[in-house]
Amino acid sequence: MKERWAQRPGWPAGAVLTAGLAVLLAVLVWPKPAEPDFRVAVASSFLDAAEALIADFEAQTGYSAGLSAGGSGQIYAQIVHGAPFDVFLSADEARPRRLADEGRASGVPQTYALGRLALWSPDPRRVTGDMGALLAGTGWHRIAIANPELAPYGMAAVQTLETLGVTLPAGRVAMGSNAGQVFAMTASGAADMGMVALALVVSPRNPSPGSRWEVPETYHAPIRQDAVLLRRAEANPAARAFMDYLASDRARAIVTSSGYGWPGDA
Amino acid sequence: MPDLAPVWLSIQLALVTTVILLALATPLAWWLANTRSALKPVIEAVTALPLVLPPTVLGFYLLFMLNPEAPIGAFWVTMTGESLTFSFSGLVVASLVYSLPFAVQPLQGAFEAVGRGAMEAAASLRARPLDAFFTVAVPLSARGFLTAGVLTFAHTIGEFGVILMVGGNIPGRTRVLSIAVFEHVETLRYQEAHILSAGLLIFSFVTLLSVYALNRRYRIRVG
Repeated sequence: MKERWAQRPGWPAGAVLTAGLAVLLAVLVWPKPAEPDFRVAVASSFLDAAEALIADFEAQTGYSAGLSAGGSGQIYAQIVHGAPFDVFLSADEARPRRLADEGRASGVPQTYALGRLALWSPDPRRVTGDMGALLAGTGWHRIAIANPELAPYGMAAVQTLETLGVTLPAGRVAMGSNAGQVFAMTASGAADMGMVALALVVSPRNPSPGSRWEVPETYHAPIRQDAVLLRRAEANPAARAFMDYLASDRARAIVTSSGYGWPGDA
Repeated sequence: MPDLAPVWLSIQLALVTTVILLALATPLAWWLANTRSALKPVIEAVTALPLVLPPTVLGFYLLFMLNPEAPIGAFWVTMTGESLTFSFSGLVVASLVYSLPFAVQPLQGAFEAVGRGAMEAAASLRARPLDAFFTVAVPLSARGFLTAGVLTFAHTIGEFGVILMVGGNIPGRTRVLSIAVFEHVETLRYQEAHILSAGLLIFSFVTLLSVYALNRRYRIRVG
């Protein structure tokens, strides 16, 4: 008398569940890309140079490196929250020092490059004449600078304005969270000009040289870019070798040709 | 040509998220569709929160809950030896939260449309509740499942802010499509950014087009 319900076609629950599990399993056992010998987190503004450094280092030593780019403050926060980086190439000296002070680093930070600042516009006629008069004048609508709270190039930009004795009207300043964003704002025309990293302006990736003023290094405190070996890499020979490589003459050639100063030369 | 590993990683993440989320959302949506509990509006509001909250807020809370020093994160480390933050598993957890409303809401709507009548008829024919659910409610809600699945998949592919905060930008682990585009733009690699962005734009349009087209076809058949 007991008739079985559900002999008619419906959705076979078993088949659906099996298909779901099959998808899960396929994704989970799919071969993962090989893990590199060490991971480097680099400030976005230094990515091109870092790629050149790592390519040269890999060719020299046979080690392999994974590279992640981001804002220095963002990378710092990620390291504090457990991100698996072995070396941090910061665009400032504050973050590596803080990591060292907090006991998250192995050894002391070392300066691997000096940042240079430029006032730049894609318009070849904009950045000319007296800089103080240009910035205090009314010939432009918007200027992009990096947030001084987040980015060392932003702090250097603020110090440069102070040296020039210029106060920018708040409504005309567009803040980017790092040097790369400031460059993108300026390159796209969203801002008429920007206080950007010189390295980005002289990069072969920049399609429009436009006009620029290379801010003298005496106008702002030096933008020391420090590298730090993180504690998890204490016993990682590849990461340690890379730290040594950063102070080598081979590294110096790549760093100086990318629009940066070399710490020993200053 | 840009590195295509982030594309594959995004697809993996979206597939895993869709499968797990449909499994979790189905009982929740069924309960929401049928309950008379006073808790219903509370649960509905919590479910819809990821629609309203900025991804930065979600990401911030997730970072605090999942990091290895927090209880959930620490538990995960002792179970798997890996940190939940900055790992693929962490991205799955974040995506489950982030895409939850996109799975629950279409399912709840579909289940509500099934109504009590059909379920009571099945029960009077001696179907046990689970049988009735799979042979009556699920086929009648096929459109809801399709919409929920496609929207969850597409929404996870398009996820950015939460992943940026919880996942970082680690090649092969957490550098998904949207993060790769962000990095390309930030570092002036516009050509790579263009290729990936155009691919994502076309994919999103085709996805939405197929959902709307299928919805239309179903409506004609039903009406």
